[in-house]
Amino acid sequence: MLSYLSKRLLSSLVLLALVTTLTFAMVFGGADNVAQNILGDNATDQQIADLETRLGIDRPLYEQYGSWVAKALRGDLGMSWTMGESVSKILSGRLPVTLSMVILAIVIIGVVSALLGIAAAVRGGWADRIIQLISVVGFSLPNFWLGLILVVVFALNLRWLPATGYTDFLNSPSGWLASLALPVGALVLSGIASASQQVRGAMIDALRQDYVRTLRAGGIKPSSVLFRHALRNAMPAALTVLSLQFIGLLGGAAIIERVFAIPGLGSITVQAALSGDIPVLMGVVVTMIILVVIVNIAIDLANAWVNPKVRL
Amino acid sequence: MSAASSAPASAPGRESILRSVLTNPLGLVAAILLLLVVISAVFAPLIAPFAADDLQIFKINAPPGDGYLLGGDGSGRDIFSRLVYGARNTLVGALIALSVAAAIGVTAGLFAGYFGGRREVVMSWIADGLMALPALIVLLAFYQSLGSSIHVSMVIFGVMLSPGFYRLTRNLVNGVKHELYVDAARVSGLSDMRIIARHILLVIRAPVIIQVSIVAGISIVIQAGLEFLGLGDPAVPTWGGMLQDAFANMFVVPTAILWPGLAISVTVASFVLLANAIRDRLQQGNRVAAAPALPAAAPLSVGTAPTDRDVLLDIRELVVGYPTQSGWTEVVKGVSLQLRRGEVLGLVGESGSGKTQTAFAILGLLSTGGRILSGSIWFDGRDIANLPESEMQKLRGKRIAYVPQEPMSNLDPAFRIGYQLTEPMVTVLGISKAEARARALKLLARVGMPNPERTYNAYPHQISGGMAQRVLIARAISCNPDLLIADEPTTALDVTVQAEVLELLRDLQAEMNMSVVLVTHNFGVVADICHRVSVMKDGRVVETSDVKTLFADPQHDYTKMLLAAVLDDVTPRVYRPRQVKEVSA
Repeated sequence: MLSYLSKRLLSSLVLLALVTTLTFAMVFGGADNVAQNILGDNATDQQIADLETRLGIDRPLYEQYGSWVAKALRGDLGMSWTMGESVSKILSGRLPVTLSMVILAIVIIGVVSALLGIAAAVRGGWADRIIQLISVVGFSLPNFWLGLILVVVFALNLRWLPATGYTDFLNSPSGWLASLALPVGALVLSGIASASQQVRGAMIDALRQDYVRTLRAGGIKPSSVLFRHALRNAMPAALTVLSLQFIGLLGGAAIIERVFAIPGLGSITVQAALSGDIPVLMGVVVTMIILVVIVNIAIDLANAWVNPKVRL
Repeated sequence: MSAASSAPASAPGRESILRSVLTNPLGLVAAILLLLVVISAVFAPLIAPFAADDLQIFKINAPPGDGYLLGGDGSGRDIFSRLVYGARNTLVGALIALSVAAAIGVTAGLFAGYFGGRREVVMSWIADGLMALPALIVLLAFYQSLGSSIHVSMVIFGVMLSPGFYRLTRNLVNGVKHELYVDAARVSGLSDMRIIARHILLVIRAPVIIQVSIVAGISIVIQAGLEFLGLGDPAVPTWGGMLQDAFANMFVVPTAILWPGLAISVTVASFVLLANAIRDRLQQGNRVAAAPALPAAAPLSVGTAPTDRDVLLDIRELVVGYPTQSGWTEVVKGVSLQLRRGEVLGLVGESGSGKTQTAFAILGLLSTGGRILSGSIWFDGRDIANLPESEMQKLRGKRIAYVPQEPMSNLDPAFRIGYQLTEPMVTVLGISKAEARARALKLLARVGMPNPERTYNAYPHQISGGMAQRVLIARAISCNPDLLIADEPTTALDVTVQAEVLELLRDLQAEMNMSVVLVTHNFGVVADICHRVSVMKDGRVVETSDVKTLFADPQHDYTKMLLAAVLDDVTPRVYRPRQVKEVSA
């Protein structure tokens, strides 16, 4: 267990170091026009040179990288170039917004996929057909387009839900739910499409096992055979899919937050990408990788709990 | 384009993949739609009535009509024309991502799968790392340095998608590389490259084509997403860019968001349906046919309950069938058996003779699709041949118990032995968990576990096959059944363990005065434990008699043949060590 965790953390650190280095090289290597972009077309050469010195991008790349790493290790991700705030402050304000949306989405994906997948594996019939339909539709509809349609239907025409904006959970739980209903609705469809198919496949595999027949022969109730024994054995496959879904949702959130004007990590990423705010982009990349690492470790631990053969 | 398409052209599968797509109705529709998209992309200037950037001020957000088929966009350009031009950009972008992903992924997968070793470890680590990154975030982060050309972004995206191809290819290659024909090719001196090119690419082609379709779909969606966010070149007409424009004018003309979105969705859906059509074709072999109609209603219950109360089980003219494409295939063709209380009946025959299916029919646990087509199974005065599942469930475990053939696969790997032993007792007998635990420990001791406490707390993978079979026997007898059905209970065990398990079964049977149906192909087992024997062949019972008579005076030719075959087995060749003197002399 301890050796697993240390190995996993080590490999995650290597990943983090590699990706940040690569990203740093890519984004700072391409940072030629940053000062021009920030100041606009009317800036004089002198103004541009001054700004470059102030931002530190006139130094050699390795020097910039060294100072970025040294600061980042102390938790200081620098100042945003365009937003007038420290990157850590921007990220910490926006992370909870995105996380609350993504977690709500992943819970819904998990529950709906489990129900649909199990129903399809056990009964076939209508559940099977729904899954087949969702698998095509959910894969084909881009989530941002679905989001736009939801806005037109539920916000503009029916006026049931707000079209844009975000209400904090602590201020008003019901307002929070109303503000996230449409974005989360747009996010979950594709997730349900792939996860429900995986659950179905894993359940069918589990139900085919010899021990299922033997359990039934022993007089075990069908509900226990299904939900205790088969489901538990199908769990690792389902959990793995959910961890991939989580990664996908982090990306999907970027577009969806833009559509619904939600002040989360995704919309700040887009804004930073368009304006060339490199410190913010680096901060986002670091945050995302740490999130992914945490989720993957959590999924591994859950798998080990479910499957006794996995020795951590 | 991709490594996959360099497979030998003479390969027989190619034509059939195309045909499988076109004979599937959805596949055909998808192929036609994709063809339309390709045609629009190639002949855009001929099809589109206006140039993509041809704008007319008075047509800003105009409704459809007056030359503008689908109306005008936020700058007064023809939406239809821009859709047609957008197809071009979309397909080129998808092709770039696809080629990069397939070229990197398939090549790496081939080498990792074929050569394995350290190379595979390193490549897999890289693939895992790439998959751990949210692709869209990375593309956003790289945007400033990559510039506004969406094509460069699609190259990066292709790299990020390559792990999908890598894993698929590696797994497929791992699956085939030790097939006999590949070994044979290697032994006969073919070079690795030729083996990969001739034998392995053939196997991975269809799955890779499916993956190509899926990845094409993903690329189109992501590309549109980037363009929607404004990361594309505004001068190039794209579906994602059109959505951005429609989004900006959403409060003026909400319907304008429909067209580009539909174009994206329909194109992507076509790719998915195409992939499904190929997959369906590949999986056709192992799909269960829809159950054919039952044969003309045969009387299910033959006669009345046996009058002799000492007869516990009375099977009459049992027919069991499984559905196939041409109707029902009978695997048990009119079997009749009788079993008295406290009697052990051997059910003997070669594999495929229907013994196990007869056993499953008694338990009401035939495999998916299987049914009792006619005949009756009288158990303790009641015909259980077509009892509703809920009634059958009350009998199983409590009155009829089952010991399977392969002990390790018949214990749930995710639960401790203790739980698996106590669950039936709590369910069937309704006793408390503590009581069940006490009984389970006693049972474990009874079936010969040296340390019941330890076994109780162990997981199935922590005990040996012989121990697992003892656990299964303990579980089967835990609720004092009247009838035990043991399906080859010793076949999967080591020879020494076989004898012990058989002895255990014999003792338990005598102790509890259970009736036992023992399915086996081993006459040694029959002689050891059975009172009577039924010999089965091709789904029928050819001979039934008591054990002594059967061995002394077999009636049916088939029985004689089986016995003759066994005798060689029973008297093992005696191992005589060569005399040391002779050797040294």
